[in-house]
Amino acid sequence: MNTALTTRRASRLIAPDALHGPPTLEAHLRRYGPLSLGGGPGAQGRDRLLAEIERSGLTGRGGAGFPTARKLASARAADRPALIVNAMEGEPASAKDRLLVGTTPHLVLDGADVVATVLGAQRTVLCVADSAPEMARSLVRAQQERTGRGRAGDAEVRTLSGRYVAGEESALASAVAGGPGVPRFRPDKSVPLSVGRHAAVVHNAETLAHVALIARYGADWFREVGAAEAPGTCLVTISGGVECPGVVEVATGAPVSEIIGLARLSSPPQAVLVGGYGGTWLAGEDLGVPFAPGELSRLGASMGAGVLVVLPGGTCGIQETALVARFMAGQSAGQCGPCLFGLPAIADDLAAIADGTAAPEVLDRLLVRCGAVAGRGACRHPDGVVRLVRSALEVFSADVASHVHGYPCRGRAAPSGLMAQSGLMGSFRDGWGR
Amino acid sequence: MPSIDLWYTTRASGLVALVLLSGTVVLGILTAGRARSALPGFARAEVHRRLSVLTVVFLAVHVLTAEIDTYVKVGWLAVVAPFTSSYHRTWLALGTIGADLLLAVAISSALRQHVPARAWRALHWLAYLSWPVAVSHALGMGTDSKLTWALGLLAVCTAGVVVAAGWRVAGAHRAKAALPRTVIRARRSIRSRAAGATPGIGGRP
Amino acid sequence: MRISVDPAACDGFGYCAELVPELMALDEWGFPVVSQHEVPGELLDAARQAARACPRRALLLAGPVQEELKAR
Repeated sequence: MNTALTTRRASRLIAPDALHGPPTLEAHLRRYGPLSLGGGPGAQGRDRLLAEIERSGLTGRGGAGFPTARKLASARAADRPALIVNAMEGEPASAKDRLLVGTTPHLVLDGADVVATVLGAQRTVLCVADSAPEMARSLVRAQQERTGRGRAGDAEVRTLSGRYVAGEESALASAVAGGPGVPRFRPDKSVPLSVGRHAAVVHNAETLAHVALIARYGADWFREVGAAEAPGTCLVTISGGVECPGVVEVATGAPVSEIIGLARLSSPPQAVLVGGYGGTWLAGEDLGVPFAPGELSRLGASMGAGVLVVLPGGTCGIQETALVARFMAGQSAGQCGPCLFGLPAIADDLAAIADGTAAPEVLDRLLVRCGAVAGRGACRHPDGVVRLVRSALEVFSADVASHVHGYPCRGRAAPSGLMAQSGLMGSFRDGWGR
Repeated sequence: MPSIDLWYTTRASGLVALVLLSGTVVLGILTAGRARSALPGFARAEVHRRLSVLTVVFLAVHVLTAEIDTYVKVGWLAVVAPFTSSYHRTWLALGTIGADLLLAVAISSALRQHVPARAWRALHWLAYLSWPVAVSHALGMGTDSKLTWALGLLAVCTAGVVVAAGWRVAGAHRAKAALPRTVIRARRSIRSRAAGATPGIGGRP
Repeated sequence: MRISVDPAACDGFGYCAELVPELMALDEWGFPVVSQHEVPGELLDAARQAARACPRRALLLAGPVQEELKAR
């Protein structure tokens, strides 16, 4: 933690001045310049836009990290599909979509325009969670400035129930179509999602913001910063044991230790939760890893929704993980047995270990249950919880050993300190209190 | 033609159909309620299905013989339309209604592969209604409800169905109580937002 | 012929594990785990019977392996 910080905040999506003034269309055009949908209308223009997005190497910023151009190319085969913009921010530890839509909604709408043009989309739906009405207001206000200019002005803003799995692609498509808004079993991902009789494609709001910039400045400009395998910048939400929690924009590939340094650490972190509540814990000594897909995957982690939760020394990682696991168990859609029954069982086992009331057999049973639950749901929700729990058992193995043998560990639980900051307490209200 | 044999056949087949219906309903409750049994689950479901076919067969005999027997004029319309017969108007109507309900259940089940899951489930709930309707019809028509052994048979059938239904209701409460608290609230909040959607578990008759 | 379970449709009746225990087992909550996805010839009839017996139509039988590989 005493190396000089080489990582600095980037300012493509988020600029200091944008955080102060109202996000008007005029200010937006002054900062970024006009958006020309390259080469005019017609198939040639669309092909050129798609080619530029492909050259840029942009990958999705919603969690899956799928190459955006490939997603667009396969959706183009459909007849006049629907474009669904995912600004649901289902991840409680993330605040990037809220910041993006609040401070630069026109960039998201520009991106929606570009993608709608490439796809020949007949309909654009902007989805926000009902727990964030200010996002809907920001989008509607921005749309009103754009009536008559591009398709995004006519897009509908839908406010949907903001449960954790509601932001999953197929769940979102289901909700937009008026259905129950729970994930669908998709054994064959090449079969596209659908809303009514039309195919549908879902893109994260941040991904579209990057598309808007690529359409303006080109693929070469986009690739100037960031890791080669996932170039450009990304929005990262830093929370937990830091002095200045919040959202920062950094180039991909920056070391995790330096990214969290931007939020000012008061002491060396014990561990960091990377990706989201369904992500992976990284031990303190591994924090030099670059924040990029390939490097992170070697440690079993991924960029996810751009979330970094810092666990300070003196806090029990097992206790914190047990809280997250219980929250995630409550967020099950309730469709699949292994998730509906397995996640609460896993959460109970972990809580018993955290409380020090568990015999060593409970640890064995927990590991067996993790193996039994992973991969057996219609969506990846149980897989995320299993990844979280397994990484916790590994990274905090010394604490686990202490707990299981009845000794206190080196830390205490700080539930109102750590996870409340990352939004967990707020989410408890959302999932439980209604 | 008037015939005492036909009349006996009508009464007998009616009683047999009622006993078979009671057995079908009890097996159906135990199957849906996942009762433990010596018989494997798929086998019990199969017995339930075959018993229901037998029920329909005896019901058909019951209805046909009642029609053919000219001692009392029932009228062919009364087979499907209730309250159209002058003979024991109301009690016969109950029989017609019961038969209609059973027919709906039977046809939708025979064509189950082609019927949407929610529609099939809704129609199958009608089976619960057809049973008391059939019992009332049997008691109300009069002829055999004066016989002690027939009443005894009805009592046994009723006891079976009531006990099974009671077990099912109590079991449903028990199963719900066993679900983790967080999950109950979570599913309730999903259900309240999506009218008409049925999350997998717990939505069966 | 490959056998798989639609986890959203499955309600844990367990008839599949009764009919083809060589291919399916039940976890501690009564839900099916496929121990072997490829259905051997002698079990094809039993597998089809299991798919028909499922009250939720959650047991899926898919054609030749080539189709599965293409989907991936």
